[in-house]
This record gives sequence, C-alpha cells and structure tokens, in this order.
Amino acid sequence: MMISTLGHFVLFLGLGVSLYATAAAVYGARAGREDWLASSRNAVLALFCLITAALFLLEYALITSDFSLRYVANNSTRGSLTRYKIAGLWGSLEGSLLLWAWLQALFSALVVAHHGARHRSVLPYAQAVLLGITAFFLLVMTFAVNPFATVVPAPPDGRGLNPLLEVTDMLVHPLLLYLGYVGFSVPFAFAMAALITGRLSEEWLKITRRWTVAAWLFLTGGIFYGGWWSYRTLGWGGYWAWDPVENASFMPWLIATAFIHSVMIQERKRMLKVWNLLLITLTFALVIFGTFLTRSGILASVHAFSDGPVGALFLGFLALVLLFSLGLIAYRADRLKGHGEMDSIVSRESTFLLNNVLLVGICFTVFLGTVFPLLTEAIRGAKISVGTPYFNRVSAPLGLALLLLMGIGPLIAWGRASLNNLRRNFLAPAIVAAAGAALLFALGVRQAEALLAFLCGFFVIGTIAFEFIMATRTRVRTTGESLLAAFAVLLLKSRRRYGGLIVHLGVVIAIIGIAVSSAYKVEREATLKPNERMEIGPYAIELKDLKAGEQPTHVLVWATLTVFKDGKPLTELRPGQRFYPNQQTPFASVDARYRWDEDLYTILSTFERDGSSATIKAMINPMIAWIWIGGCVILLGVIVAVLPERRLALLALRAKAQVA
Amino acid sequence: MTWKKLLIPLASVPVILLLAYGFWTDPKAIPSPLVQKAAPDFRLAGFDGKELSLAGLKGMPVVLNFWASWCYPACHDEAPLLESTWRKYKDQGLMVVGVDIQDKEPNAREFIKRFNFTFPNGPDPGSKVSIDYGVYGVPETFFIDRQGRIAYKHVGALSPVLMEEQVQALLKGR
Repeated sequence: MMISTLGHFVLFLGLGVSLYATAAAVYGARAGREDWLASSRNAVLALFCLITAALFLLEYALITSDFSLRYVANNSTRGSLTRYKIAGLWGSLEGSLLLWAWLQALFSALVVAHHGARHRSVLPYAQAVLLGITAFFLLVMTFAVNPFATVVPAPPDGRGLNPLLEVTDMLVHPLLLYLGYVGFSVPFAFAMAALITGRLSEEWLKITRRWTVAAWLFLTGGIFYGGWWSYRTLGWGGYWAWDPVENASFMPWLIATAFIHSVMIQERKRMLKVWNLLLITLTFALVIFGTFLTRSGILASVHAFSDGPVGALFLGFLALVLLFSLGLIAYRADRLKGHGEMDSIVSRESTFLLNNVLLVGICFTVFLGTVFPLLTEAIRGAKISVGTPYFNRVSAPLGLALLLLMGIGPLIAWGRASLNNLRRNFLAPAIVAAAGAALLFALGVRQAEALLAFLCGFFVIGTIAFEFIMATRTRVRTTGESLLAAFAVLLLKSRRRYGGLIVHLGVVIAIIGIAVSSAYKVEREATLKPNERMEIGPYAIELKDLKAGEQPTHVLVWATLTVFKDGKPLTELRPGQRFYPNQQTPFASVDARYRWDEDLYTILSTFERDGSSATIKAMINPMIAWIWIGGCVILLGVIVAVLPERRLALLALRAKAQVA
Repeated sequence: MTWKKLLIPLASVPVILLLAYGFWTDPKAIPSPLVQKAAPDFRLAGFDGKELSLAGLKGMPVVLNFWASWCYPACHDEAPLLESTWRKYKDQGLMVVGVDIQDKEPNAREFIKRFNFTFPNGPDPGSKVSIDYGVYGVPETFFIDRQGRIAYKHVGALSPVLMEEQVQALLKGR
C-alpha cells in the first residue's frame, strides 16, 4: 500500500518538477537570468533523483513479490529468479514507461552535468525539450497507466513474465534498444534548441556527436541482439520477420545512420543543413512512432502490448513533435541555406547525398509496408498483410547499392573527383572484387543475390584494405616504425576515420552473412521413428529416442538426435518442447550446431505421446554466424571511433616508445 | 511564414490521420477466405465413440463449432445456446457438430457433461481440422449449407439472435 501511494506521488511530483524545470529554463534563457537557469539545472538533477526513487520502489516491489501492485502481479511470480523479477520492470507497458522516463531523466541530468553553464544560449532550450519529453512520459504514467496501481485483493502469486522472456536475453535486448531510443532525444533536443535560438552553425552537431554515435551503437546492438535471440530461441530458424515492431526499430536506425554520415558533410563543407535537421527530427519522430506502434494496438505484432488511451496519447505526442519540429525548420528555412553548391555528381558530397537518399528511400519503403494494411483498409476496406517477400524485394537492391556506396564514399575526393583520383582509389579494389566474384562463380556460387553481395562486399573490403595498406606503408616509410606500430598509431590518430572503416567492414561481413544464409538455406522436415534417419545436405540425422521430464517450471519433451556427417557420428542434438502450466501452446526448445561456416539447426515439431515417432525439422544456414560476427566488428569499430583523446595520446606515445 | 513553408509541417498531418484511423480498426479481425467456398471435409472420432465426417452429412445444414474447455468465458457463454439450438432444430434436419481443439480429454468430457451436450463432439488431434478451416482461436463457428458450402463464419461467442438468423437461413436454403 505504502509503495503504491508513495510511488504514484513521486511520479506526480516528478511531473511537476519537470514542468517547472522546463518553464524555468525557457524563462531564464529569454530573460537572460542565470539564477533561473541554475534553478532549472538543479531541478533536472532533482527530477533524476525522484524518478530513480520511483524506479527503486517498483523494483523493490518486484523483488519482494509485493503482489498488491497490479504490475508486479502481472509481470513476476514468486518462483522467478531474482534477475527476472528485476527484468519484470520492462516486461510490459507501465514499467517500460517508467524505465524510459528514468533513462530520459538520466540523460537530461548527464547533459546538464556535462555542459553545466556552457553553451548558455542553446543549453536551456535543449534542456527544455528533454524535460518536455520526460514530462510527457510522466504524464502518461500519472494520468493514464499507473505503474503503481493496486489490485485488491492481492493475489497469492503473480502471472509472471511470459516464459519466452525469462531468459538472459531479456536482460540485454530491451535495455540496449531503450538506451538507443532515448539517446537520440539528446541530439534532437539540441537541434530544436539550435532552431529556436537561430544558432544554426555546426555547434549543435559538435556538442551532440558522442551522444549520436553512442545512441546509434546501442540501437545497432539492440537490433543485432534481438535477431540473435530470435534465431537461437524461437525455433523458426530466422532472425528477422519484418514484424511492425521490428520495423519500428529499423526505421530510426536507417535515418540515424544517414544522419551520422550526413553531418560529416555539414562539418566539412557546411552543406546539407536542412537535411541534417530533417534527419534528426525524423529519427526522433520514428522512435516515438515505434513506441506508439508497440503500445497502441493498431497493428498486429508479436511485440505489441497495449492499453486503452495510451495509443492516443502517443499519437498526440507524435503529432506535437512533428508539427513543432517541422514548423521550426520551415520557420528558419531561409537561414539554412548551405554554403556553396555541389560541384560535381562525382564527389564525396554527392556520394553522401546519395547515401541519404538511399537510406531515406529504404526507410520509406519499410514505413509504407508497415502501414500499408491500414492504408488499404482505410481506402478499400480490404484486409491485407504485407510480409517478408515485399520487404526483401525492395530492400535488397537498395541495400546492395548502399553497400557499393560504402566502398566509394570514404575514398572519393571532395569537390570534384578527377578521373585520375577515381582510377587510383578504385581500380585495384574493383579488379579484386571482380576477380573474387568470378572465382566464386567458378566454384559454383550461382545465386544472383549472393554473388552480387560478394561482389560489392569484396569491393568495399578492397577499398578498406587499400586505405589501410597505403597509409601504413607511407607512415612506415616516413617514420621508420614497424608495420604493427605504424598501423596502431594510424588507427589511434585517425580513429574517427579508421573506426568508421572498421564499422563498414562489420556491415559488409553481416550483409554477406545475410545474403548467403538466405540464398543457400536448406530446410527438411521428416517424421522419424526411433533409429530412423533423415538426410539433409552432408548430414544424416537419426532419432535415438524421445523423452519427457519435469523441470522446476515446466515439462520438457525432447528428442535425442545423433548427427552424422559423411557417415561418421558428429554430435548429438536435443531439440524439444517446453510445456508451461498456464500457457496453451508449448514453446520450442531449439538445439543447433553453431559454426562459423554453417549452422545445423533442429526443431522438434510434433510427436506421438507414446514416443513412437517424432517430426523433426532441420535446417542448414550457411554463414549465418557472419551476421553476428559482423555485429561484433561494428561494435569494435565504434569503440575505436569514439576513444577519448587523452587516452589516445598516451597509447600513441607508448606505441612509439616500444618502437624506439 | 509563407504558405509554401507551412506545407512542411502540414505534410505530417495525413500520416497522423492515417495512424489515428488505426484506432477504429481491429488488426485481429481477419476475414475468412473460405466463405462461399466448399467446406473442407473432416473426420472426427467422437467422444461418444462414433465416427463423424462431413461427407456423411451431405444434404444437411451443419453448424460446425470449434471450442475448448479452457476457453473462458466465450465458449462457456455460448455452450447452452449450441445445445438448445440442436434440440430445437434437430428434427428439422439441422446438424450441430462440435470440434474440441488443443484440449485435454478429461477436461473436454467434463465440459460436455457440464453443458449436457447431446450433439456429437470430437477432439482434433494434430489440429488438422482447425488448420483446414483456418481456425485462429476459440470459439469459431461455421455455418455450412446443404450444398456443403460455408455460408458464414463467426468468430467469438454466438448470440441467440445471430444463431437464429443463420440457422433459419441454412434451413431455408435449397
């Protein structure tokens, strides 16, 4: 009882504080009153403390299994492991809103603490925007869906998290995504501040660069991790279904990627200003659109959880965000003209512009596919669903074009690329790519998607390798350092560039993994009696037996399979099904042999209760591990790109000393 | 700000309106492509021990109802209606058949006993019949006419008015 009243009160207080802080920031900025600005900054820190208190209260209730709170009763059980009780915080709607608000308050506090009294002109307005967003989430929680609502009488035990979610992945995937989503609110806030104050130079970009990259990293990590989780656990053998909520995470990612690249043009050439403002606005708007989709119930999705007026509130907020930001951009449009024009189509500027166009294009097609069911129902009254075939068909060619750009962009000259420049930078990689693709073709790779992916991929790898080799060689020649030391120093000195190249390398690896695993996937299903075999590719799978056993929370039925390769026994796999007491259908328990070159994936489909037969579905997914490896390389690249300066100089000195 | 510039923020309005329209639609209401098509044949091993197939009911209008003992409250709500409809119209040649899906036998028998079902019911092992009929959840009821075509599909618990209307239509048909 106490927790409920206290928690609700704290949130209410938080709403008041956030509104006060917003008003104080705006007033202080307009009136030039530092005392009001300081008060606003303190209020931000106070807000963070308040929401942290609310978070602790809800977590305390979850961990102590206080089922008098409806949220606790719906999202945890007495028998759950503590870490899943903690994860119950983001198990469904109300708690996820609290987590979001907390992250929003945390980031606002970090912005204030880090920038303090600097950037006096833009910071207050950025603060106001961040606080406004936090206030919205608090509003939803205090007036629509209260995380601290009680249930009377308190049930003896809770309903618990969906068993599918009581896995370690649940501790990682949502948090990564939320860190990404909320992270993008910071550059958005500064962009709005720049528009409000009319300070439209590159200042807001510089202030927020680390935030943007960090948010992008978390979102990328969250998306990859989600795919990996889905693949290992759900039992359909795939990692991406173009589900509306999956798309809702992909769309901001596409625009954010465009934004990260496009800002480089503004920093160097002060062009594409309107593009950059539109891109960050669109990124944030898509983040809000994503939360709207998950919580409104307007589209069917495996991820959706919705409740009453929340959908309408989020749509209203989305409308507010769009009208406000686009209105500001329109208002300042005259002052946003770039400095200079694009000299030539063959230049880095236009490559980046094309990059923007392609990424926005892919985003648009994904958006269209996602809302198309709504559109057709509104216009024709017909119910259709748009699925994987549409999305794959439109994204694949655009994706390949982007892959090609990844190779061209970093090396092509600014301004106007001469034929000489083009030849010097791209001839060698192009030849290597063509040779590689021809070799693969000769070795039997005939599927167009895979071949094209390899062709473009080799080209990109060629350009990256070319850049690394040439630069290292030059350095060795001029400084006499060893190859390794020269490379290390180069990496550290031009970390933004080389980190970026490593990220590109990661993307190439992942795309190759996607292309090959889709094009060359093999699937077989067979009903086997014990000691019977099925063949798939070079493997033979024999059903040894079918057993059932009681686990602490469920009944597990599993088939023991002996896998033979080229006649010799290779390994044993145990795919199964888990039957939970309060779930109508069982959950698949996948077992697979994961290797870098291919995965052998098995699922138990149906079985006879007396153990006389079992239907096994087996899949070979070639090179699918490259997707996850690519993700790790991307992570590595981002880390290199954002290593802080001071530590860098130290490392560089140390490397030099080792050589001397 | 000129009119042209106003277009930029206003461009978002159609999108917002489209999304708002979504509040009035139900993404889970999926129309059946089987309506007006021939009803798939089924073969049930009834709980009463007798076998039942659609082919064996040729020429009779059939109310085919998919239910489960755990389907609460909808299946519980419509169960008495199914039984009363059966008793009222069986002498006029109407057939009522129940298919029990994704259920446990003792629970199903208890359900049948509780609602005094006297019309034939059978389990659907392997969900073959459910798959053939595109059953998405329970309860779902198919009204099959004398020609063996699915005249109407209803998702959710039946109301007396609807049942009466559909059964009359089936009985009147040639």
